[in-house]
Amino acid sequence: QKYYHYVHLFLQVEQVRLLDRFSNKSVHGTLYLTATHLIFILHHHIASVEKLSLTTSGCPLVIQCRNFRVVHFVIQRERDCHDVYSSLLRLLRPVCYEELYAFSYNPKQNDQQREEGWQLIDLGAEFERMGVPCDQWQLTDVNRDYKVCETYPRDLYVPVTASKPIIVGSSKFRSKGRFPVLTYFYQEKKAAVCRCSQPLSGFSARCLEDESMLQAISKANHNSRFLYVMDTRPKLNALANRAAGKGYENEDNYSNIRFQFVGIENIHVMRSSLQKLLEVTGTRSLSMSDYLVGLESSGWLRHIKAIVDAAVFLTRAVTVEGASVLVHCSDGWDRTAQVCALGALLMDPYYRTIKGFMVLIEKDWISFGHKFADRCDQLDGDPKEVSPIFTQFLECVWQLTEQFPQAFEFSEWFLLQIHEHVHSCQYGNFLGNNQRQREELQLRERTHSLWAFLMSEKRNHLNPFYSPAYSEAHPVLEPSTLPYHFKFWRSMYHQFDRSMHPRQSILKTILTLKENSRKAESTLQALESVSTLLHIPPATSRLPHSGSEEDEQEEVGEEATESTDTERTVEGSSGTESRKQSYGELEGTYNSDLVKEEPAVVSLEFGVARMTC
Amino acid sequence: MEFAEHIKTANVEDVVLRQPLQPPSRGTLCITGHHLLFSDREESDSRQVLLLLRNIDAIEKSVENLTGYSGFFSNASHSERMSGSSGTITMKCKDLRVLQLDIPGMEQCLNIAHSIETLSCLDCVSAMYPFFYRPVDLSLPEQWGLSSPEMHYSQMKELYEKWRLSTVNRDYSVCPSYPPAVIVPKSIDDDTLKKAAKFRQGGRFPVLCYYHKKNGMVIMRSSQPLLGANRKRCKEDELLLQAVIEGSDKGYIIDTRSMQQAQQARMTGGGFESKSFYDRWKRFHRQMERGKALQESLIKLVEACGDESNNMDRWLSKLENSKWLSHVQNALSTAGLLVECVERDGHSVLVHGSEGTDCSLLISTLAQLIMDPCCRTMEGFLGLLEREWIQARHPFQQRCAHSAYSHARLQQESPVFLLLLDCVWQLWRQFPLALGFSEALLLRLATEVYASDYGTFLCNSDQERCALEVKERTHCLFRALLRPTERDYYSNPLYERTELAIWPSVHPQSLQLWKGYFLRWTQQVRHLEEAQEEIRNMVIEWGKLARS
Repeated sequence: QKYYHYVHLFLQVEQVRLLDRFSNKSVHGTLYLTATHLIFILHHHIASVEKLSLTTSGCPLVIQCRNFRVVHFVIQRERDCHDVYSSLLRLLRPVCYEELYAFSYNPKQNDQQREEGWQLIDLGAEFERMGVPCDQWQLTDVNRDYKVCETYPRDLYVPVTASKPIIVGSSKFRSKGRFPVLTYFYQEKKAAVCRCSQPLSGFSARCLEDESMLQAISKANHNSRFLYVMDTRPKLNALANRAAGKGYENEDNYSNIRFQFVGIENIHVMRSSLQKLLEVTGTRSLSMSDYLVGLESSGWLRHIKAIVDAAVFLTRAVTVEGASVLVHCSDGWDRTAQVCALGALLMDPYYRTIKGFMVLIEKDWISFGHKFADRCDQLDGDPKEVSPIFTQFLECVWQLTEQFPQAFEFSEWFLLQIHEHVHSCQYGNFLGNNQRQREELQLRERTHSLWAFLMSEKRNHLNPFYSPAYSEAHPVLEPSTLPYHFKFWRSMYHQFDRSMHPRQSILKTILTLKENSRKAESTLQALESVSTLLHIPPATSRLPHSGSEEDEQEEVGEEATESTDTERTVEGSSGTESRKQSYGELEGTYNSDLVKEEPAVVSLEFGVARMTC
Repeated sequence: MEFAEHIKTANVEDVVLRQPLQPPSRGTLCITGHHLLFSDREESDSRQVLLLLRNIDAIEKSVENLTGYSGFFSNASHSERMSGSSGTITMKCKDLRVLQLDIPGMEQCLNIAHSIETLSCLDCVSAMYPFFYRPVDLSLPEQWGLSSPEMHYSQMKELYEKWRLSTVNRDYSVCPSYPPAVIVPKSIDDDTLKKAAKFRQGGRFPVLCYYHKKNGMVIMRSSQPLLGANRKRCKEDELLLQAVIEGSDKGYIIDTRSMQQAQQARMTGGGFESKSFYDRWKRFHRQMERGKALQESLIKLVEACGDESNNMDRWLSKLENSKWLSHVQNALSTAGLLVECVERDGHSVLVHGSEGTDCSLLISTLAQLIMDPCCRTMEGFLGLLEREWIQARHPFQQRCAHSAYSHARLQQESPVFLLLLDCVWQLWRQFPLALGFSEALLLRLATEVYASDYGTFLCNSDQERCALEVKERTHCLFRALLRPTERDYYSNPLYERTELAIWPSVHPQSLQLWKGYFLRWTQQVRHLEEAQEEIRNMVIEWGKLARS
């Protein structure tokens, strides 16, 4: 409670019960409402609030969060409940960016540190790493002032043969001016992955500049005589778009292209799919059959598979055939981002490291203008624009980490943290819809960067099984996309439903073990060198017991939350959770006849536990 | 040997073997009484495949009369021999592997197929391979098995006060499926036991299978009482159960059938303990799938795993339709109920279904794993399997005669033991540190139970085993698994003993398909296995360093 003095308290309600979603457990406590947090849920995580009908024990309030947490309060007095409810409704609908948490979040860093945080990721350096600019690809300044395409970044890479008139002409023929630009360069075969939006072809329109643009991309690669054009939409959708003067490339008009639909559904389908999925998995006492039937009818895993299938297609075209590929969907900021980013992840081991993954998100999602503000509902906006596109991308990555346990430097905790903060609006990175908007908001000057925070926490996000040697031997990943390789991502969609998770975390144990062995090794070496100096036979060294190491880590974790993250105590990862604590807490789900009154629950999540104090 | 009459063609040259995860190879095929032996002709890197014929669940053959057949290798030197007819035999194994043999010569192919068909399902137990398996580095054991009921009792000093070891069944006359010695309440004499046994199906009167040291409560196991339509009662059976809960206010009975099933059982002479005669026992009914339905579930699941349509909806619907995961969920949650009764509620429990040889064993085994840390080491687990499944008799011979591929008409087959292994795997997933053994052990057991070099899973009961001298003439799998090299291989490097009960989550979201078993022969699972092997070695290495 020590930090309340500087936050304005909106509301305080005593004697509130917090119910567990899947069991009969509950905790009592006091509910606090501040400008940015409902203790301890960030308003921004809240997707919806619902008041249920009055029961004998009080007035229930259900809060659904964007990080898939569902909180069920019971407030004794109906009036209090209504107050909380209406305040929440007001608070979680900010109308301008400045109201968002990122603008008030202050992790006690000086300006220089903040500045350094923002400099961590440098996309210019990234293109250099790929080998661009080179004899075939150059940096163009056409979009220096966001004149040609306002949703693209300033710096864009195009074939050297694509002149300014070609670029400008092509951009006029593309939805939202998003003309074909380079996003990944596969150096080994000089093959390029380019991205754009759909052409404004209608039923018969042509654009010579656009045709030359594609020709230029094709010609920039001497390995292949043709260019793949991947339209990531289902064919039906693309056809329908023709009626609106948009559509897809006519193979007859473009020389040497191979056109391909890959059939990923649109944002509306994805939104309702996730909704169905959450409805199913949120059911209490769900039977196995209902679960599997629900999983199927939600279509969620089918969509995930479609995205991975598309990325595999892209990867094969580039790495096996050595062909360049142009990827688009409608506007080229949802499905296109998913497929390009996932494809690059399969092709390039760098993107499977912690830093590389940040770069990848910065490049394909942030800079190329995935509409985070709209998709994640940052401001009170159009609910039809909201869609879990980025969540799907993270899930695809997770599915890959399950198939290739040694190929990724990061663990699933990293993915969960990123997801958490895409929605928390605590850091500036994901605010707004495009780079231009971000510059206008002066995010670099006024907010902090998530990447710097994640980097400082790197240790907690490491995958202990990561093997750089594996990546060297398997630079290109070839995942199987057979249906049974796709699993429901429990750690994401049930992140906060502790009763569902493995009771012992193998990840945490192994991280600790690895750390201990590393320390032991260095101590041994030190001892050996000392003993050789002193001519003492090496004795068995007394090393910190693994238990104490764990405590130490625990403390570090908590400390970090205290200092850098004071106001956000709903922890995204279970990283700070003690293994021992989690035993034997399973409620009596086996038979309700036998359930006895449990003693007050010691703790749920770190944050929630605070409620009781 | 009488096998010879089934082998018309013992050797065939120029056979092409196709097996999962490996390129096809050409070599010599040889059929013996128990094995199919294939060795390829490559001088360097020669590969041999030795397959127990018993492992073959189903074969499909097709013969063709082709001229100019050129096979996989169109090597000129072979081509003279290959003109004419040829045939293909597809062998589907009980470990879910599918192998294919391309055999030149129709007649040879048919002969081989015939031999495999006959020899893979010989009924005569004493002709089975375990009676012939004599590895050089292993002499037949002094003692077969890890323990005996007598040894088990003598080690459990806590039992002495209230429980005794009865040898009423020493000649298997009271209950042919029980071992010669069983643990019963001290106050109950052998005559009472004999009478109680007459009131239970197959003579399986209630015996102790687990004593919970923390609170002195026990798990008892039996078959259904034979009430019949006239609601017969048996004073001795009531006395026996009364003695179990001496000093406590009540006990629980978990009946693994639904209430309706239990009532129907009365028509055929069975039934359940009625409230009026067993007034201090509270009954729970939990319907668990058994018998044919369970076998069909396995068949559907394996079929779903082999589906190559690459369609997500189809896969999920087939997975659901097989109901296998529902059975896993059900078994774990019924075991959870049992543990809840004993550990949390502090009362003794009697478990039975009808025969008390399938689901009862399944849930009592799982409950012991959940509650008792001693059962979670490798010895402890194998000892538990020996007590609950070998000594207390699961009819392995009948239940595991065929697996998922067989076309034979289903008889007594039912993959109850496989379901147990799947449930243990789920436990292991949820508590990766609490079990002393690894997935590899579960996979090994899942293979051995269907086809084995060892005698452990032979026969349907202890009595049969004695009659055939299994204990004298075969090797014991459990002892073999505990030899140092094997033990290292099957142990869990992360194992850390915990005294607490390991309550599994039974939410459907917490359970998963056991890929390591059901998709074992796919490329991806093999890669994953290799990765896990590497990870395992790393972990062992770090563990050594951290402890040094």
